[in-house]
Amino acid sequence: MSASIATSAKPVPVPDESSAPFFDGALADTLMLRRCRACNTFMSPIAGIGAPVRSRCVACFSGDVEWAPSSGRAALYSFVIMHQLYDEAFAADIPYNLAVVETEEGVRLTSQVTGCPHESLRIGMPLEVVFERVSGTVAIPKFRPAP
Amino acid sequence: MSAAIAGLGITEMGKVYGRTASDFAGDALALALDDAGLQAGDVDGLLINGNQSAEMTPALQFSLGLTDLTLVNVMSAFGSTAGTMLQYAAYAIATGQASVVACLYADAPLREGGSISQSGYNGRRFDAPGMAGLRFAYGDYGPANSGYAMALRRHMHLFGTDHEQLGTIAVGQRAWAQMNPHAQMRKAMSMDDYHASRWVVEPLHLFDCCLVSNGGVAVIVTSAQRARDLRQPPVHLRGFGQCAPGDTGRGDRDPGIHTGATTAGAMALRQAGIELADVDVLELYDCYTYTVLVTLEDYGYCAKGEGGDFVADGKLGPGGALPCNTGGGQLSSYYMWGFTPLSEGVIQARGQAGERQLDKHDHVLVSGNGGVLTFHSTTILSPHEGGA
Repeated sequence: MSASIATSAKPVPVPDESSAPFFDGALADTLMLRRCRACNTFMSPIAGIGAPVRSRCVACFSGDVEWAPSSGRAALYSFVIMHQLYDEAFAADIPYNLAVVETEEGVRLTSQVTGCPHESLRIGMPLEVVFERVSGTVAIPKFRPAP
Repeated sequence: MSAAIAGLGITEMGKVYGRTASDFAGDALALALDDAGLQAGDVDGLLINGNQSAEMTPALQFSLGLTDLTLVNVMSAFGSTAGTMLQYAAYAIATGQASVVACLYADAPLREGGSISQSGYNGRRFDAPGMAGLRFAYGDYGPANSGYAMALRRHMHLFGTDHEQLGTIAVGQRAWAQMNPHAQMRKAMSMDDYHASRWVVEPLHLFDCCLVSNGGVAVIVTSAQRARDLRQPPVHLRGFGQCAPGDTGRGDRDPGIHTGATTAGAMALRQAGIELADVDVLELYDCYTYTVLVTLEDYGYCAKGEGGDFVADGKLGPGGALPCNTGGGQLSSYYMWGFTPLSEGVIQARGQAGERQLDKHDHVLVSGNGGVLTFHSTTILSPHEGGA
């Protein structure tokens, strides 16, 4: 990942009460996902753009869902290369990738692959989570090729 | 008892400034009423397509000055809503709850001097606390581009779908648009032009992506009997289908690869009492070229994964064996969500498409698609009332 001097700051997530365990986990190098206590199914933290933290199991419909640490291992499910400038803060990064990874626990997450050129991205490639500090108090998960 | 479309209104489309979404809604309704030979006072049902405009609320009734309505709703199944509005209108007419139902789509996302990426479609949420803000930290903006691009990349990986194939969809629809006086984009597009169009979110080229438009479309639904007494040839609502397969965010399904079109298409054809081979005209929701391709697969025109090969001979374009998006679609005519394919479907069913009119138009299939390929509706239109 190249170090770029952005003309304006990139958006930094603002952890709140509902997401605190995810972001606390990120600071402790742990990828926290949602997990059903009734059937042990792992789920993504949210169901889609703007959705709240999941509270209902997608497999058994139980409401007994908690945050749980995951292995951090995943495979690349799909990826795209962003060429469109939506926000000046990303001007120096274009083109950059966005990725959907599928974790070992069967969860699909939207994230980013780091540590390899776009040309080497291959669907199915094994990945491992890494955490990137985006501010003094917030880290976010990204994925790099696993050895 | 059955229902029919008796009126259609299409405003000026595209970079039209100085009018709000509500203005466009009123303009479209006025055009549709005139088209049908009805008055505003005849309207007793109002269905509104919920979209990204804050003006699409039930209070639009007041901006329109409509009174004494017995059916009012803002509906949303995202991009698939248009078909579901026709369903609700038809059911209300069948029970006698309403008799003249106006179905409206309107929006004004484009600002003069601005760009699409800075329009109502840029997806930036300035206060996005918690998990909602995570995507922006990655630079994942926009409500849809990256999701569809992810699905397309996956389809290319699984089945070898390529840009030579996708390009035929864009080029064919531009050729249809050149014959459509309502279309925003009427400059000729060659395959070279398609390939040269800049990447938006790779693998989506600019010409793989739909337009953004200011404008409005209104459709007026009445009973078949009432429609016969009005100005235009009735367009009968012969079959409906809807399907939302869901997205659990887990690895057991591929929502971008297997859509609800399979179930919704079969449902609508069954209701209409016809087979796929009886469909003469296809008007398919085309927020992206890929959306058309995967919808064709899921309707059963070809096997899953063969959509690229299927479209590669240009059969969807003018003169082709399977005319599709005969007005240019959302890619080249205008972006009014599901009212884009619906409006062209009505025009073709009536036989009013002029230079682009298809000789055979007994059954028109109109699709709706919403979310990231997660919400589907299918509607069968016909100039013939058909059986029961």
